[in-house]
Amino acid sequence: MIKITNLHASINGKEILKGLDLEVKAGEVHAIMGPNGAGKSTLASILAGREDYEVTEGSVDFDGVDLLALNTEDRAREGLFLAFQYPVEIPGVSNVNFLRTALNEIREYRGQEQIPAKDFLAMVKEKSKLVELDAGLASRAVNEGFSGGEKKRNEIFQMAMLEPKLAILDETDSGLDIDALRIVSNGVNALKSDNNATIVITHYQRLLDYIVPDFVHVLHDGKIVKTGPKELALELEEKGYDWLK
Amino acid sequence: MGYTEEELAEDLKNQEYKYGFTTDIESDDAPKGLNEDIIRLISKKKEEPEWMLEYRLNAYRIWLTMEEPIWAHVSFEKPNYQDIIFYSAPKQNQKAKTWEDVDPELKETMNKLGISLEEQKRLQGVAVDFVMDSVSVATSFKEKLKELGIIFCSFSDAVKEHPDLIQKYMSSVVPVTDNYYAALNSAVFSDGTFCYIPKGVRCPMELSTYFRMNKSGTGQFERTLVVADEGAYCSYLEGCTAPQRDENQLHAAVVELIAMDNAEIKYSTVQNWYPGDKNGKGGVYNLVTKRGLCEKGAKISWTQVETGSAVTWKYPSCILKGDNSVGEFYSVAVTNNFQQADTGTKMVHIGKNTKSTIISKGISAGKSQNSYRGLVQIHKNADNARNFSQCDSLLMTDECGAHTFPYIECKNSTAKIEHEATTSKIGEDQIFYCLQRGISEEKAIGLIVNGYCKEVLNKLPMEFAAEAQKLLAVSLENSVG
Amino acid sequence: MEVLDNKITKFREGLAKTNLSFREESLKYAEDTLTELDFPTTRVERWKYTRVAKIANTQFSSRKDVVKQLNLPIQDAYTVVLVNGYFDKELSSKNLPEGVEISATSQSANNLLGKVATIKNEVFTALNTLYATDGVSLRIKAKTIVDKPIQLVHVITGENTIATVRNVLVSERFSEAEVVQVFLSENANASFTNNVSEIIVEEGAKLVLDKLQNESESNFHYSNECVQQASNSNFKINTITLNGGLVRNDLTIDVDGENCETHLNGAYILKGKQHVDNHTVVNHLKPNCHSNEMYKGVMDDQSTGVFNGRILVSKDSQKIEAYQSNGNVLLSDSASINSKPELEIYADNVKCSHGSTTGQLDDEAIYYLRTRGISEKSAKALMVTAFISDVTKRMDNDKVVEYVHNQLHDRFGWDF
Repeated sequence: MIKITNLHASINGKEILKGLDLEVKAGEVHAIMGPNGAGKSTLASILAGREDYEVTEGSVDFDGVDLLALNTEDRAREGLFLAFQYPVEIPGVSNVNFLRTALNEIREYRGQEQIPAKDFLAMVKEKSKLVELDAGLASRAVNEGFSGGEKKRNEIFQMAMLEPKLAILDETDSGLDIDALRIVSNGVNALKSDNNATIVITHYQRLLDYIVPDFVHVLHDGKIVKTGPKELALELEEKGYDWLK
Repeated sequence: MGYTEEELAEDLKNQEYKYGFTTDIESDDAPKGLNEDIIRLISKKKEEPEWMLEYRLNAYRIWLTMEEPIWAHVSFEKPNYQDIIFYSAPKQNQKAKTWEDVDPELKETMNKLGISLEEQKRLQGVAVDFVMDSVSVATSFKEKLKELGIIFCSFSDAVKEHPDLIQKYMSSVVPVTDNYYAALNSAVFSDGTFCYIPKGVRCPMELSTYFRMNKSGTGQFERTLVVADEGAYCSYLEGCTAPQRDENQLHAAVVELIAMDNAEIKYSTVQNWYPGDKNGKGGVYNLVTKRGLCEKGAKISWTQVETGSAVTWKYPSCILKGDNSVGEFYSVAVTNNFQQADTGTKMVHIGKNTKSTIISKGISAGKSQNSYRGLVQIHKNADNARNFSQCDSLLMTDECGAHTFPYIECKNSTAKIEHEATTSKIGEDQIFYCLQRGISEEKAIGLIVNGYCKEVLNKLPMEFAAEAQKLLAVSLENSVG
Repeated sequence: MEVLDNKITKFREGLAKTNLSFREESLKYAEDTLTELDFPTTRVERWKYTRVAKIANTQFSSRKDVVKQLNLPIQDAYTVVLVNGYFDKELSSKNLPEGVEISATSQSANNLLGKVATIKNEVFTALNTLYATDGVSLRIKAKTIVDKPIQLVHVITGENTIATVRNVLVSERFSEAEVVQVFLSENANASFTNNVSEIIVEEGAKLVLDKLQNESESNFHYSNECVQQASNSNFKINTITLNGGLVRNDLTIDVDGENCETHLNGAYILKGKQHVDNHTVVNHLKPNCHSNEMYKGVMDDQSTGVFNGRILVSKDSQKIEAYQSNGNVLLSDSASINSKPELEIYADNVKCSHGSTTGQLDDEAIYYLRTRGISEKSAKALMVTAFISDVTKRMDNDKVVEYVHNQLHDRFGWDF
């Protein structure tokens, strides 16, 4: 699905990623853990195509496409989805209008017809149930006035609507209480299939009780320093990261 | 690489005026320039009564004593008033009586504008008084309105048919001496719309006028007068568009609204006059005086979407004279290239328990300058007056300017006035968020801008809101490459 | 254009030309300005809400005087006293710390006069330039951290006296100081203080200026502070108007360096027929700066407040964050306020906002306090003091805040 090879990236001349390698296959869930400042969120931003970062070396193959050659929206249209750590508020733009625009542009890119309004609304109704999102929220402006939990649920709702090949969840558990965490995780698990994959970026092991990873990677100082099975997360929770440095 | 903001800025510069064409119709022009003879000629051509001519001549004499104002934040070459054709009527053998009688070429023009009367006719509940270069050429729905006692006609017709009403109300809100352009308009106004809603009548349809300038070198001076008698209601739509011309055209209109006790007037404008080309050449000077008077319990609501004109200078205002009266102003002003807009409102609280709301959204792109200028004035006896103002500016490029000049004058201790203003760049985080969901940058900007203006767009009647959204898109977006 | 019978000509009669070492072009420009312009009328935008006819119609004269006892905000300070615009050596501190130079402007060697304060059609500044008797020249040398506040006291005495004062304050590189400028009057009636300060805050320097105006209710006061900030500097000015009949404060800050911080706080608490006008300009000329302004006013009786705050962000001054707020409370039906917060932005990557509120004290809150057994009068006093405290709590010097609170207590009976 995605193969990252020797990725180096910097911001304002400061190197954040220093030769990162990672391969995720279809049907897999990978967790990336690591201390603050290890470069976890940077990795997510770079994969999504944020222009603040400069890739200085390395390659990213996304299902046969050179990901780094694409602009942000084309990466999204190829099926890469980023659930933001801090979802952005867009005042005055309704969630529904936002998603329909996104969905139709993605479909257009793939040479598909625009989705009929009726089908779209049915889809909204169905998918919003998945994350127990109040139907009212769909007609409200994107993330505006949403609580922290609602914002994160809205991210997963959008993921359900856009049906990506690869979803990257950037600290989706931050700021969630246990109920919200369960709802968000259930949503993610329900969307899991043999044809898609998920990268979960998190600081805490707690989330991995709900979204069970096939692999756990530890990111430290811009590189993956250890990879293991899901039990590694528990070990990290117990011992911290210092023993890996 | 994605579509960068620099590229967008470049595209905006190259944005050409969509409505740039002229109609090949023979017109009946007055000679260029302005003097008492021209005024007599205008009055004669329009077969006006003596009192109207006297009114015009008086206004002209006042105008001669006035000086053209200079403003700190608007600069443009002052029009040469001796080089303007002050009267231009499309030449027709006789005035059209029915829609079928209207010159087909005129109909074609309207079609090109995308506001064709035929289409409008199909839209239920819209009556249109179409003004093309000063003379009203077709009026529809007149009969239906007549049944309710509503008068909706061209200003010229009203002068002849309802002289009592015109003499009573004309200049009662905007006196001839009000300002330089109002005096000029009073002297030379060509035509416009008169509307009277009798006591207790709720006008069942949106009343609409489309203004459009056609003839090269003409100034358009319309005059609009809307009177809503006690307890009456009407909603009035004004759309403006002008063909593309190199020289600057002058537009100096006067709009007066009178809302008697417990009456309500909604006045909506979508203005899309030619803004000049990307080098700042040509375009319309839109120097307009709009003011409404509210008697007891009355309400006047101005909504405007201003995307056109090289220079816009207008402050639709409310005189809240009666107790418990309400004034509202909702505005979106978009400037691009070298456009200059200085627009806002004046809310004058005289009566007790008067309320006013101001929502202004400015969007500046290119090298344009966009200013909000507004006055909130609370008089000594205006107990419990309330005002809330929100003025936001969005900057699209680093070569444009966005300014806010609110004047707040309060002489009553029970008043509450709140004013807030913000200026910011279009949010990069918002754009990135949209991009990550697969939305193109151009569409993302359109979405964000429309969302930003939503509070104002929501105030427009449905048909207008859709058009206004399209206009915003045309003004600020362009297809990539 | 020749103006024969203007008020300025008469006003200037009997005033002696300045002896301060202005440059020739400053004097000439001031002279030209006064030849061309008369006192401003309300048709001049900058003077739209303030009439100066009373000043224009009074024949003032300059005179030296001595004062004995002064109620000063700070006892433990390096203090300099000027009476009617003349340096008073007796009352001024003799010992100054190392790195601090204070002298009479007339004795000062520096050649900065007229450099920062440009006249730009401003009649009162032109008058100040032509007729300044003296002033304070203060220099904080590079890297000096002054241990105590420097207190500049301006006293005006007598009837129809004019005090024309010109100050130059320089905070050199990386210095830190606090200056308290106090304006007092002694047995003064219908006298006029015209005070212009030119302030330079050099690279990395920090300067706090507390400006306390407490002249008699019949006095006229014009102040013009022109400030120039270099990169990485930090400037804060707190303008508190406690008394004075007709007061106009012009404050212009040119932020002409990157990474600067600028704070402007102000309070005007008026009663009787007082008229106080604050005009501020923050001129962001360079990127990456932050400015924050808060002015609050309380108007009682027939007093009038005017606030005009302007934030200007020039082209290419990206990443500016500038905030401004103005709050006003009218306590009487005859009081009035004119507020004009302005934003003028020519750069796109900025965050600027302003807000202005005008209103009365919150009835609900007063009611709530009364249900708790507090009298209506005390409840109102509580509310007003809380309102003013938003400004005073932004001030650093407790002694100065205490002085302000005490003065307000004496004048209005409020407890803070």
